Amino acid sequence: MVVELGHFALVLALLVAIFQMLVPFYGSRVGDDRMMAVADPAAICQLGLLSLAFLCLTIAYVSSDFSVANVVANSHSTKPLIYRISGVWGNHEGSMLLWVLILALFGAAVAAFGRNLPASLKANVLSVQASIAVAFMLFILLTSNPFLRLDPPPADGNGLNPILQDPALAFHPPFLYAGYVGFSIAYSFAVAALIDGRIDAAWARWVRPWTLAAWMFLTLGIAMGSWWAYYELGWGGWWFWDPVENASFMPWLAGTALLHSALVMEKRDALKVWTVLLAILTFSLSLMGTFLVRSGILTSVHAFAVDPQRGVFVLAIMALFTGGGLAMFALRASDLRQGGIFAPISREGSLVLNNILLTTACATVFIGTLYPLALESLTGAKISVGAPYFDWTFGPLMVPLLMALPFGPLLAWKRGDILGAAQRLMVALLIAVVVMAATLAVMQRGPWLAPFGVALGVFVMLGAISEIVWRIRLGDVPFGDAMRRLVNLPRSAFGTALAHFGVGMLVVGVVATSAYRQEKILVMKAGETTSIAGYEVTFRGVAPRTGPNYREEVAMFDAYRGGTLVSHLEPARRVYDMPPEPTTEAGIHAGWRGDLYVVLGDTQQAGGHAIRIYFNPMVRFIWLGAVVMFIAGAVSLSDRRLRVGAPGRARRAVAAAAPAE
Amino acid sequence: MMLQHIGKLANRFAVGARRSVLASAGILLLATSAMAVQPDEILADPALEARARAISAELRCLVCQNQSIDDSNAPLARDLRVLVRERLQTGETDAQVLQFIEDRYGEFVLLRPPLNLSTLLLWLAPILALVLAVWTTARAWRRRQDQIAVVDEAPARQTPLTRDEERKLQELLKQQGGASSTSTDQK
Repeated sequence: MVVELGHFALVLALLVAIFQMLVPFYGSRVGDDRMMAVADPAAICQLGLLSLAFLCLTIAYVSSDFSVANVVANSHSTKPLIYRISGVWGNHEGSMLLWVLILALFGAAVAAFGRNLPASLKANVLSVQASIAVAFMLFILLTSNPFLRLDPPPADGNGLNPILQDPALAFHPPFLYAGYVGFSIAYSFAVAALIDGRIDAAWARWVRPWTLAAWMFLTLGIAMGSWWAYYELGWGGWWFWDPVENASFMPWLAGTALLHSALVMEKRDALKVWTVLLAILTFSLSLMGTFLVRSGILTSVHAFAVDPQRGVFVLAIMALFTGGGLAMFALRASDLRQGGIFAPISREGSLVLNNILLTTACATVFIGTLYPLALESLTGAKISVGAPYFDWTFGPLMVPLLMALPFGPLLAWKRGDILGAAQRLMVALLIAVVVMAATLAVMQRGPWLAPFGVALGVFVMLGAISEIVWRIRLGDVPFGDAMRRLVNLPRSAFGTALAHFGVGMLVVGVVATSAYRQEKILVMKAGETTSIAGYEVTFRGVAPRTGPNYREEVAMFDAYRGGTLVSHLEPARRVYDMPPEPTTEAGIHAGWRGDLYVVLGDTQQAGGHAIRIYFNPMVRFIWLGAVVMFIAGAVSLSDRRLRVGAPGRARRAVAAAAPAE
Repeated sequence: MMLQHIGKLANRFAVGARRSVLASAGILLLATSAMAVQPDEILADPALEARARAISAELRCLVCQNQSIDDSNAPLARDLRVLVRERLQTGETDAQVLQFIEDRYGEFVLLRPPLNLSTLLLWLAPILALVLAVWTTARAWRRRQDQIAVVDEAPARQTPLTRDEERKLQELLKQQGGASSTSTDQK
């Protein structure tokens, strides 16, 4: 009954979305206020219905209703509650339902918080938003319905793939989708602006917070996936340039560029046409990410849905919205007026450079990911494009970007003073050079470029601090005054500095752990000790253990540093009951200096166990950097100017119009 | 049968331990490792071993998804790693070893595609993209400079009014016609 209710709610939501797609759009064409106004209740109603549908599916999972095909395929009665819940989106059908739910959530948020938006813009935005919802709800109902029953129901389910039974992965998809789908708002605004043929700074003021929110979630979602891969896959890697990772990385790169170009548009009324195009491209890349993962066209770790029929459907959706958006752009972009001139050396100029490099990087990842597919379908030749390709092409593009990054915020709008900026960065630069020399001296081994990479990361981190120091004029004015300036600094300034600081942390982590990782592969017997990176690691032996829905063989290790016990590590080999699949659990001791990472291997015939020990220096900086970037986004969003949406002129206009009505 | 099925699944996900089997009695019978390079594969000569590792990172594990043989624990990956080490021990150069493996398994085995006619576009893509981006920007910027020279100041003001704004303007104008003081008050 509950399941039928969910099914029914989903169908109703589709009908509401069709209504929301057509009526407000027509209203905006003929200038009918009432027709435009129905978009708001429709968007909120759609959210209500989809929440109900999602809740119903969740109930089916939590109560282990094995008359539902989707629950049978992906759940099991012995699974812990959290994974019964996360199982809802741990499969193709459920994850698509989550997708449209988040889409509706963003749409309803525009309806609820967009009171200041011009009526026709809002009507068009919600109408475009609804058209995306219609496409995906049709996709769910026609090819991927999670509410189908099974008769007769089996006694128990097949269980969730054990590698998905993990806290980080349980929340990885919702964050990732919130990012992907959040960019739909930027897309809808862009298309609505093209329909209207007009766009102004208020538009950018509106788009930026939504893009920022989406970007934050995507950043954290990707970081979660990376972190999960690090500790779960058992070889200490954190990024593999896997096509599915690239699929989420491309919208991130484009979205990062969009954040920066929207800034220029908001502040200086320039880069309008480009920002609109970027908004369309960013969401198109999100759709492509969905397509790549959902269609199973790339057989990789993540592609657990392999079904060409679905693939063709998502491909059609992608082609429709990407093609439609770009066609609109081609037709109407010339109507958008450009404003705001600037010298090449200026804040705008630096943001343009950011956009050039980020889009080029995004294009590189795009080509690298799709080239093998295209080549195979055109000529039948099979090639592999793996990590070495991306290291060679993506890396060099990041170097100038990171080198230029600290200069950007120090340049004035319109016309900047690069020498002045360099002067303000002198301290940061000197410290970075010292760090480079120190790294070179301490680390005898490793690639010769690595010390430069570390220094680059440090330069970006210190550059972010330099920006704040400069803004509050610390050293120029009395300390008290500087502190007063610090308190009065707008939150968005902190957001910028913090986000850039996070980028620097990430770079340091990436370079340090890639270049200076230590590794030991050996056979150990109980009681034996080995040393790595200043740790003495003693193997205490193995023991069997039983978890809620798995059994495991646990190895016990004690790690000492200078004779004192610092950590007890328990790497394990685990076998789940249902489905009976093996996983490895690494034993990790996390520290600021780096992670000690132990993996348990085969039992050797001659006695003892194969053991692999890594020391991953500063690897935590990678995810901490991402978390700092997320927090930076939140700080920036809490800035009053952004919070209010489109304040100032528009609000006064509303207030002025009110008494007349 | 069971073993086969599990093996297939493990391969499909290409992660973690491989072929660990839960016997029907529910005992952990045997488990092969979650490790790529096994202790017994490692060469005595550290320099040669380092070269082997570097080569391994360039070679794709053919039965896995997007993993190098250095990261993979599939049996085929192990065979390849051993093969790489054997060739190195015979005194071959890195390039010779890579060529040998490529001749045997095809271009697909190389994670860094070699530069040839079919991959020309792949390798040129980043440079082309960068040149295109810079060129487009420069052109747009120059055109903008020309426009400014002609159009004069404040081009943003030329955006036409929306219907809402038009209506508000009309209302304001109407009010102004009746009593000119109210409209200034509202401002």
